[in-house]
Amino acid sequence: MMESQPAIQIDDLTVAYNYKPVLWDIDVTVPEGVLMAIVGPNGAGKSTLIKAILGIIDPIAGSVRVFGKPYKEQRRLVGYVPQKGSVDWDFPTTALDVVMMGTYGQLGWIKRPGSKQKKSALEALEKVGMLPFKNRQISQLSGGQQQRVFLARALVQDATVYLMDEPFQGVDATTEIAIINILKELRKRGKTVVVVHHDLQTVPEYFDWVTFLNVKKIATGPVKDIFNDDNLTKTYGINYKVAINN
Amino acid sequence: MTNPQIEIQVIAAVVAIACAIPGVFLVLRKMALISDAISHSILPGLVLGFFLTHDLNSPILILLAAITGVITVILVEAIQRTGLVKEDTAIGLVFPALFSIGVILIAKNANDVHLDVDAVLLGELAFAPFDRLLISGIDLGPKSLWIMGVILLITITLVILFFKELKISTFDAGLSASLGISPLVMHYGLMSVSSVTVVGAFDAVGAILVVALMIAPAAAAYLLTSDLKKMLWLAIGFGVFSALLGYWVAHWLDASISGSMTTVLGLVFLFVYLFAPQKGWIAVLYRQKQQRTEVSLLTFLLHLNNHSEENERHINHLQEHINWQRVRSKTVLDLALKNNMITISNEIVSLTTKGKQFTELALEYILTNKDEKIEPMKDDFFLFRG
Repeated sequence: MMESQPAIQIDDLTVAYNYKPVLWDIDVTVPEGVLMAIVGPNGAGKSTLIKAILGIIDPIAGSVRVFGKPYKEQRRLVGYVPQKGSVDWDFPTTALDVVMMGTYGQLGWIKRPGSKQKKSALEALEKVGMLPFKNRQISQLSGGQQQRVFLARALVQDATVYLMDEPFQGVDATTEIAIINILKELRKRGKTVVVVHHDLQTVPEYFDWVTFLNVKKIATGPVKDIFNDDNLTKTYGINYKVAINN
Repeated sequence: MTNPQIEIQVIAAVVAIACAIPGVFLVLRKMALISDAISHSILPGLVLGFFLTHDLNSPILILLAAITGVITVILVEAIQRTGLVKEDTAIGLVFPALFSIGVILIAKNANDVHLDVDAVLLGELAFAPFDRLLISGIDLGPKSLWIMGVILLITITLVILFFKELKISTFDAGLSASLGISPLVMHYGLMSVSSVTVVGAFDAVGAILVVALMIAPAAAAYLLTSDLKKMLWLAIGFGVFSALLGYWVAHWLDASISGSMTTVLGLVFLFVYLFAPQKGWIAVLYRQKQQRTEVSLLTFLLHLNNHSEENERHINHLQEHINWQRVRSKTVLDLALKNNMITISNEIVSLTTKGKQFTELALEYILTNKDEKIEPMKDDFFLFRG
């Protein structure tokens, strides 16, 4: 029964680089259909958490389940938007081609994308307003446009759960609104979206769930219940009252 | 052309193609130096293989040497993972160590056989046609052609089968891993193919030229295209062209074939570096100059926009008001006129409707950095292409 399972269940997860823990004994449950922000200071392990969920990094302890099963069995249910800075934008390829990469998982090894994959890539580009730029070399796109291309690539994955690593980083206000509208639409369609987020001011406006992270989990739950000065101070170590009241 | 001459050129072309293909992915992965490391550190593998088989063309020897190549990569990564040194330092530590083990092995045990350091470093394509593949007395052609032909065939098959996987694991290892296309498998696959290619090719062209054949064509192709497939084709084209031209240069100069090929490869890259239409040196200089002019144009238009008083817009006063030199003022004025952005009547300059619109759009772009509005202007102005 898929409905009875949480979208993501993280139990006792510990991840270390060179024997130094970056995530320590994390327990987080992401219920199906929420739009969750992961917040925390630099070096809190936010990206690492996402990568551990996706099996990109092997944890030294603990488990991650996606709808009750290990990630490896559920790959097709999960879409991923990596940090924009994690790739080389001078790579010789076009916006359309990057979006097509979102279909590679469904295709499996060796099989080539065909007209069906191209059609869904074009639809995704249209959705993020990037259709006119489909043949543009990716280095010729602005930061916001590159982020939209990444979002389109995740949409093409046609996933049930989306994990996004700072999708608002380096984008202008228009793109930010466009992206958040798409995220909200995903939620409306019953998808689960987990976003590494930096701008604390917009958390209550954009998200309904939040996880506070700083190597350890500080708190996780509905924004209206736990997004308060107490948790912010625990996470960031300084008093955040002023920032939020503004 | 004599038969050996044709054979040498065919071998050179096959080697060039076999090197260009993995070279493209090495360049895109910023791992060009790894090919240099592999080409040197396979030496102990070669020597050990030679002691075992007493045949420089034996598949066992090629396999052993290729394994040494992969071990090089593993060692480099292991040293890098300690976090104490960076990748280039790790490479610099590993391959001289392995290479020197090979040199000592040769000096101690193989002084009397056809395996010397010169041959390893420079190779000798001219001798390739003399080493024939004979099966029950029938001459099937030069051995090195068969070896490189098989390696090339394997490389082409792999690149066609795994093109999509190579592309995604090179561009975005994170997404690749999350989709179940292991970047680690692709990485070691590429390293294995590169190692085998280097081993197969070094006998014909030497360790140094192998590196040139892998990196130079790919680097030149990179400057010319924004399509991975085209980059592969261009790299192959540059490789074959340089190999053949290099052969004839050597023929005319009566010089080393591999030396001439490497020189031609360098010149081809230099030519592309200077003249590539988008990324080339001259194109970049031209773009910067245009951009400077366009900034001046915009400054000029803003000045006109800000001043309704005629004395500020008098053609003879522009120089003192904007504080530009004569030539620059004239260039800017001509550019604005040519684009119908200004009109001049009674020596008074005024913005046209087009000029006003342009100024406002540009101003808004500069203030808000919103890209969408200036999209049509990008085609005409370098300034807005980021």
